[in-house]
Amino acid sequence: MADDAAAKAPLPVVPYLKIPADGAPFLEARQCSGCGKIFLTERNTCAHCGESGLMQAKPLADTGSLYVYSIVHRSFPGVAVPYVSAIVDLDGGGTVKGNLINIDPDPEKIRMGMPVEVVYQIAPTKDADGNEYLTYYFQPAA
Amino acid sequence: MSDVYVLGIDMIKFGRYPEKNVRQLGAEAAQLALADANLTIHDMEALYSGNLMQAGAMVGQGILQEIGQTGIAVTNSANACATGATAFREGWTAIKAGLYDLVLVVGSEQLGKMGLLGGGGSRKGIPKEGLLGSQTMPAVFAEAGQEHARKYGTTFEQFAKVSVKNHQHSVKNPKSMYQKETPLEMVMGAEMIAYPNTKLMCSVNVDGAAAAVLASEKKARELGMGRAVRVKASVLTSDPFTDRDLVMPDVNTCTRLAAKQAYETAGVGPEDIDLVELHDCFATAEILHYENLGLCGDGEAGKLIDEGVTWHGGQTPVNVSGGLLSKGHPLGATGVANIYEVSTHLRGEAGARQVENAKVGLTHVIGLGSACGIHILEKA
Repeated sequence: MADDAAAKAPLPVVPYLKIPADGAPFLEARQCSGCGKIFLTERNTCAHCGESGLMQAKPLADTGSLYVYSIVHRSFPGVAVPYVSAIVDLDGGGTVKGNLINIDPDPEKIRMGMPVEVVYQIAPTKDADGNEYLTYYFQPAA
Repeated sequence: MSDVYVLGIDMIKFGRYPEKNVRQLGAEAAQLALADANLTIHDMEALYSGNLMQAGAMVGQGILQEIGQTGIAVTNSANACATGATAFREGWTAIKAGLYDLVLVVGSEQLGKMGLLGGGGSRKGIPKEGLLGSQTMPAVFAEAGQEHARKYGTTFEQFAKVSVKNHQHSVKNPKSMYQKETPLEMVMGAEMIAYPNTKLMCSVNVDGAAAAVLASEKKARELGMGRAVRVKASVLTSDPFTDRDLVMPDVNTCTRLAAKQAYETAGVGPEDIDLVELHDCFATAEILHYENLGLCGDGEAGKLIDEGVTWHGGQTPVNVSGGLLSKGHPLGATGVANIYEVSTHLRGEAGARQVENAKVGLTHVIGLGSACGIHILEKA
């Protein structure tokens, strides 16, 4: 039974999405303790200040504001359109890209600078091995 | 160090050539440029070839197999959409270094009707496109444009006007893929690809090739400076770190850095530039580069397009060739083709689209990832 449960646990859609065994999922970046710059990917050397070995885990906030967006009407075959591609500055640092949901894909309805929150859901697709993935979306802040 | 001169330069008409291969396209451009310089492949001491999509295919050697395998050094370059400018600069560097007196540069690409470009990122797990935003080029450059809209209130209509302008310019360029005017309502009403970029605000995927013969000052004097064009600055930059660049490629900082270096090297300022061919891969991008290249102050790009400053006949005409939006964007050829365009005006040979009294011109390309190449040219 334990093995079955483990097999069914969703995988993170990207390495910077963390799924604790007990507790809520969250986004976690890396931060250079020398200059404070934030990176979403694992690295040894800071691309800003050039110092090595100073990267530390930096949990990111689940709230932020919409920096910019595009409404995508044509994408690769099989990708459902339209959708809102959004770049969000999270409160306390870190910029993340994702889909903005629960809003009309209409430039009249979307305001750059609007407060948004991060929500976590099972992704609509599985991989070739049948694994489920947990992904994140942005939505207008409640 | 020797100044470097363009002695011959030409391009094939951009279009779709499914019956040919890329080395044949490159060879055609190479022979046009050699003929323009009144030289042959036997005069060339090295070849610098730029091609992106077939970067591993030894395209430069393939071109020599079409026009003469003389045993010269061949360097194949790939640098995203800055590939052609990079190859040109490799040739410039070699002459600067005193290695050679005459080199050939060829930029080529065969894109056919390839659809949306972009969508890199991790292949692990499940596809991220449409799940974690979009990595397609129209969306990435839409977001870059939206940053300008956010800061300065730039409108969809102002972005669209760029496309109206460049399509109108292309009507007088026989080497452009398209020569059709597209009125504002047609541009704004075209299929929306990624807001605010409609289909007519996206560059055209085409096949193409362009080539140049570069010479040292000594050689140029020996052969005659009559139609020579002096390369006053050749600059290549990569993208310095900026806070959002992990999720939002920054085409601004590397352009500003390159522009500063280019103006300083050439000893000129934006006010001295008579025409510009810049990287209008999407209409949104052209607006950003007006400011990045110093053609106006920050926040004034929308006004610049509204007031006609960058239209043919305006103070600083931009993309009189039709630009990537109408002439077409064969990735590896683009950076050489825009040097062809500016050189042709400096030589006074641009016919119906000639920019009157053009003395100094600037070319600019961006390779996403990122690279920026800028050349400043003047009539010798």
